[in-house]
Amino acid sequence: MRIVACVKFVPDIQSDRQLGPDGRVVRDGGDGTLNELDENAVEAALALAEEHDGEVVVLTVGPDDAVDAVRKGLQMGADEAVHVLDDGIAGSDAIGTAIVLAAAVRHLGATTPVDLVVTGMAGLDGLTSLLPTALAEALDLPALPLASSLTVDPAAGTATVVRRLDHAEETLTAHLPALVSVTDGINEPRYPNFKGIMAARKKPVTTLDLADLGVDHATVGAAGARTQVLEAAPRPPREDRVLVTDTGDAGTRLAAWLVERKLV
Amino acid sequence: MTATPVLVLLDHAADGTLRTPVRELLTLARGLAGDAGVHGVWAGGEDVAAAVPVLAAQGVTTVHRLVTDADVHLSSVLADGLQAALAASGSALLLLVSSFENKEAAARLAVRTGAGVVTDADGVSLDGARVVAHKTVLAGTWTTSCAVTAPTALVLVKANAVTAQDAAVPSAPQVVDLPVEVGAASGRVRLVARTEHAASGRPDLGSAHVVVVGGRGTEGNFAAVEELADVLGGAVGATRVATDEGWIGHDAQIGQTGVTVAPRLYVGAGVSGAVHHRGGMQASGTIVAVNSDPDAPIFEIADFGIVGDLFTVLPQAASELRRLRG
Repeated sequence: MRIVACVKFVPDIQSDRQLGPDGRVVRDGGDGTLNELDENAVEAALALAEEHDGEVVVLTVGPDDAVDAVRKGLQMGADEAVHVLDDGIAGSDAIGTAIVLAAAVRHLGATTPVDLVVTGMAGLDGLTSLLPTALAEALDLPALPLASSLTVDPAAGTATVVRRLDHAEETLTAHLPALVSVTDGINEPRYPNFKGIMAARKKPVTTLDLADLGVDHATVGAAGARTQVLEAAPRPPREDRVLVTDTGDAGTRLAAWLVERKLV
Repeated sequence: MTATPVLVLLDHAADGTLRTPVRELLTLARGLAGDAGVHGVWAGGEDVAAAVPVLAAQGVTTVHRLVTDADVHLSSVLADGLQAALAASGSALLLLVSSFENKEAAARLAVRTGAGVVTDADGVSLDGARVVAHKTVLAGTWTTSCAVTAPTALVLVKANAVTAQDAAVPSAPQVVDLPVEVGAASGRVRLVARTEHAASGRPDLGSAHVVVVGGRGTEGNFAAVEELADVLGGAVGATRVATDEGWIGHDAQIGQTGVTVAPRLYVGAGVSGAVHHRGGMQASGTIVAVNSDPDAPIFEIADFGIVGDLFTVLPQAASELRRLRG
């Protein structure tokens, strides 16, 4: 079974994240990292590969630094890494990124078929959650998004997930090949150990550009984006803030404040 | 004003009642559509009758009821239906409640049609004929406005982004059946089981105007949190720690990977304010925090912060609110 885990390089969520004048997330702060939620995707892929004697390819689209995201995937135990790197990709929205990823998955599948594509539930930068089903659509694959559990039955050639939504819980199943996105509740991602870190140094990272993938520049990057940020500004600090230490009447004061502010 | 009607996906419960944020979206749509009018799209086999009085009060002129044997809970099928409704209504702007299910369908629709998508918007305006969506990003620390440059705009709007108001003049909504051609791809996912969550008697967490949240500091005792929530008519939420400990169900978890909330009033009790939680609540209108740890990061973003014991502060506040109301 061949599994592709898609990962993203994002600014560390604990850092002071900024938007540039173009409205894009500033990605050159030097504190980028593998999107935490994609560690769950890599873990899910590795666990399935171990269970069903498969192999895992980690795939990313992004600038030079993004190679760190796939390297982390290799350290966790993935077999192979692919980094799609091309200036023409800068400024892609979620849909443009899905188009590039889809081309890369097809490229990988041309040599050895891909049975499963796994992604995280969201990128902790843009947090749109659009990518998983956009990628499934671009690849013409059935999608099993937001899996909080995932099982694959190789004999039947099916994948089954359970997902929790705001108003319901669902069980979905589809024949492979398919796309699955996983939540952070599905597993505990493993930490790379010394052996994994050493082994990762010897594993190949293939770099591909848009020409390799046959992607038209006009469909991706800033040229292909269907949205354009007009303005971006840090949110002004909250005014008239109150901070009290309870000396016995804080609850009463809170109630009065809520009434005065017409919040109740 | 748009030259075309504005289309709104009419999210509803299994009994056919509209989800709370839909009224907000219809109010927003009316302001954008002007004379072109607001259309709704009804997905699912439920009877639309229960929703018609609300739709009439909101001035909706036409409801496109999707007719298909396929399951509209599947994103691919819903995308097929929304595509058909956009065509039938002639609309260039579709507003949807910003939920995971709706994002899944919108993403597919965007790939299929070349539409532009904005998620988690807290406002929508027009710049000439161009749709501009407003949203806060990076855990509520930045505000942006974003123009849709594609001919069709799909905007997913957060609950509580606008205040719902009825139309000055009610309408008599016309319900039109819209047969949906389901693409070959749509049959490939099978919905094996679907269980609707039982109604809690409290408002939906994702759309409540008031949310009271318990964190680690509750040590598993949510009684004070629930009491204050009920006095305020609010929903009860929780942090990741509280749900992982099993103190409350996972569907109560607020954060960037759980439910995202932006109520008028957020009250965090025993919540430290870790960055993952802040990402799911920092866009709230007013933030109140009660925590015994004066160094808790949530105090950095609180409008009213109390360093104190939640087990005394919350009941006292609840009691005082009851007294003030008489």
